[in-house]
Amino acid sequence: MAPAEGVGGGAEVRLHELTKTFGSVVAVQDVSATIDRGSFFTLLGPSGSGKTTTLMMVAGFAYPTQGEVFVDGKPVAGLPPQKRELGMVFQSYAVFPHLTVFDNIAFPLQVRRARRAEIRQRVGEALELVRLQGYDRRLPRQLSGGEQQRVALARALVFRPRVLLMDEPLGALDKKLRAHMQLELKHIQRHLHVTVIYVTHDQEEALTMSDRVAVMQRGRIEQVGTPAELYEAPASRFVADFLGESNFVDGVVVGAPTAGRWLVRAGGGLEFRGVGAMPLQAGQPVTAAIRPEKLVPVEGPAGALQTDAVNTCKGTVEEAIYVGDATRYRVALGADGAVTVKVPNRLGLRQPAEGEAVALAWSPDETRLFPRGEA
Amino acid sequence: MSPAPGPAADAVATVDASLAPERRDAVRYLLILLPAVLVLLALFVYPLLGIVERSVYKPKAGYTLEFYGQIWRVPVYLQVIGRTFRTSALVTLVCLALGYPLAYLLATLRPRVARLLMIVVVLPFFTSIIVRTYAWMVLLGRNGVVNQYLTWLGLTEAPLPLLYNQGGVLIGMTYVLLPYMVLTIYSVMRGIEPGFIRAAHSLGASRWQAFRRVFLPLSLPGIAGGTLLVFILSLGFFITPALMGGPSDVMIAMLIEREVEFTLNWSFASALAVILLVLTLIGFVGYNRIVRLERIFEARS
Repeated sequence: MAPAEGVGGGAEVRLHELTKTFGSVVAVQDVSATIDRGSFFTLLGPSGSGKTTTLMMVAGFAYPTQGEVFVDGKPVAGLPPQKRELGMVFQSYAVFPHLTVFDNIAFPLQVRRARRAEIRQRVGEALELVRLQGYDRRLPRQLSGGEQQRVALARALVFRPRVLLMDEPLGALDKKLRAHMQLELKHIQRHLHVTVIYVTHDQEEALTMSDRVAVMQRGRIEQVGTPAELYEAPASRFVADFLGESNFVDGVVVGAPTAGRWLVRAGGGLEFRGVGAMPLQAGQPVTAAIRPEKLVPVEGPAGALQTDAVNTCKGTVEEAIYVGDATRYRVALGADGAVTVKVPNRLGLRQPAEGEAVALAWSPDETRLFPRGEA
Repeated sequence: MSPAPGPAADAVATVDASLAPERRDAVRYLLILLPAVLVLLALFVYPLLGIVERSVYKPKAGYTLEFYGQIWRVPVYLQVIGRTFRTSALVTLVCLALGYPLAYLLATLRPRVARLLMIVVVLPFFTSIIVRTYAWMVLLGRNGVVNQYLTWLGLTEAPLPLLYNQGGVLIGMTYVLLPYMVLTIYSVMRGIEPGFIRAAHSLGASRWQAFRRVFLPLSLPGIAGGTLLVFILSLGFFITPALMGGPSDVMIAMLIEREVEFTLNWSFASALAVILLVLTLIGFVGYNRIVRLERIFEARS
């Protein structure tokens, strides 16, 4: 299936201060975002964060209490779903059980009164796109979950919408199949240049597929950025915690920063440097977030390494868990609690044993500092 | 609770010990079904066989097909049978036409309103059918409430004949049978995932298209079940046509009752009953061919 002629590929979608309240409950509050043409945009958040409600407002199944949705600059919040020309794939697939695969995929074309020959051709192309050739006469109950998913996708794309909305479409698939479908979805999206708005609570899925991700919590967007930005430079403790894994160490800012790096003293006396996620000041309580794979076990006395460019600390390996591609260590830091360290299982890397004393080194630039006690 | 376990409990215990698990389950299910099977055998199958036998047995003369011959020869009987099926079909259609929209409302309204409406639908079940039929007679009679209003409004000069004719029978039977239609269709509609309708809209279907192409086909099992139920119940209807119909609206159940009560010709009554049963079964099989009833009873996957 080729991208729609003339207007190349996807449309730009802009969410403008979207708010949705149900009675006194605020489901979505002041959500604004611009989704570029042909990009893969993900709304990521735990359940109840308002991501699905936001998607439903774009789809037209929920009417915003305030705000507007623009598709290519045109407001659509007042239009019913069937007038929005957006493709949608539902979590439950919603493949019509009484129709064959062919008739399911032909459905959007039939309601648009397309000619029969055109329907046959476009359904054929869509089946090819999702690699379900030869399945046209089957009924949904004869299909596996993954196959139904493909039918739902083909059906949502066959009328060449410029925006495709997906609500946790891979949630019901097993892990292997999900990973496979993620890549396939991504390829299809690139091939068609369609704008995708994707909802998921699975951070790995969001990182794998998206051009940009909006992390949502309690009805608000916490941060919008590329997967790398979100992972390497989370804007809040919530993002650092929800996306991937983080060690959190509470401390207080000591003195003024040198070269943009603040010195932090943790409750147990440990001192290290880090980068503020927002402007800080001396004496301010902060939480530092450090990814487990950024912590590196090193040889030798830790003190010798301590410079402005490297943070170090000493600890004891409490537990080592082999997880295949890496080994995860639980390292006790005495009065400062414990941290998780992840070391790839590769020759030449130090792999300490349980009970062993180790020194850990990590970069101040990979230490994010969040103000504590506000909000 | 009785202190000593009954024979059934003993049987279960013995079964448990001696059979493979699957066999044990099968036997257990049979034991659970047993009371119902016994009741059906004693109170339904046995009397039914008795009726079949009586229909071909003339007292003091032995076995004969005379009664069936009589039904075939005398035109009035075939006419009544034909009328019974016609009336039932008509009642079924009217029930469907009235019941489907009502069931749709029930299935789509907000739960609170739907519950209220449901009570209204089921309420008639709490009253005796005879009382309800007499109530209709009060409403529809020559000087009944409806005619009084019509005359008062000046819509009619003379009272309309609403009772003791086919119209009266239709109104009465539809009223009694409508809840069966509504409840059967409603239960199927409730099982239709709202997600399907949403999907249809997201794919560009208007409200009408979503209904026509998705909701209606998915509610077909309800239509099939409801029409079958109402039709079969209609075939054996007695009280309503007897009270609200005229002399030319006699249905087969009334004929059977007359033979039993007045003519005391039980053999002939039995023959009529057997004919009704056979025709019903033929109708059922034919219907099954068309709508594949097992789909109605099929568990949703």
